[in-house]
Amino acid sequence: MDTILFIVFAIVAIVCAFNLVLQRHPISSALSLIGVMGSLAVLYLLLGAEFIAMAQVIVYGGAVMVLFVLVIMLLNAGTEKISRKSWFAQIAGLPLLLAFVALLGFLIRGVLPPLRAVQFGSWVGGTAERIGQMLFTQYLLPFEIISILILIAILGAVVLAHKEFD
Amino acid sequence: MPHLPPVPLSWYLILSAILFALGVAGFLYRKSILTVFMSIELMLNAVNLSFVSFSYELQRIDGHIYSFFVMVVAAAEAAVGLAIILTIFKNRGTLQIDEVDSMKL
Repeated sequence: MDTILFIVFAIVAIVCAFNLVLQRHPISSALSLIGVMGSLAVLYLLLGAEFIAMAQVIVYGGAVMVLFVLVIMLLNAGTEKISRKSWFAQIAGLPLLLAFVALLGFLIRGVLPPLRAVQFGSWVGGTAERIGQMLFTQYLLPFEIISILILIAILGAVVLAHKEFD
Repeated sequence: MPHLPPVPLSWYLILSAILFALGVAGFLYRKSILTVFMSIELMLNAVNLSFVSFSYELQRIDGHIYSFFVMVVAAAEAAVGLAIILTIFKNRGTLQIDEVDSMKL
């Protein structure tokens, strides 16, 4: 069952990611990105990360993508124009990309020590309780710093997007 | 139903590598500023998947915390980045990155 779920959602994620790169219209790319994020949430659940799976659906699939779709509609973004690509990108792009994936695959299969097999339910560590405990004891300082980062981001977004009054 | 062997963790890491490579391809190849931005989000998601996978390997939840922080930073980055895109569109009237080629706003 694990294998079937993994294969189905991995294929959904890869197909949606290809679609994101190949589509010409931004709204199609945004919808494919939602597909990738949804299937990644299922894979997180298989890996025993309940809290991260929920946060993925709520923060990425909800908040961030709503922002993207809103901006696409606000700017009335149409189909992207085809422009000239450099000869280097046309010739060497795909081989370099394949070489990159092959290198990462070699590092994962060849260099890393043998990894465990994933069995759903054999390790359920990422519950909200344990994450919260960790976040407010061992990782308290990064947590506080990141709250300041969010405050700065809010101010930055307001400053950048505000209407100028004459 | 036939009994299937459990999924090796390296498959998750390879999936993460493929998604990251596709994000890099979109980032370099696309010309619409919005799609470039979405490719960045795809790369962040791929990295999150490998954080959670290694967290499973070590049976510790530190990886989950890092992945949570990546998510928070990505949300902040999306808010500021989309505000920048709005400003560019307001000043230049275009979303093609190769038409935005001077520093002066």
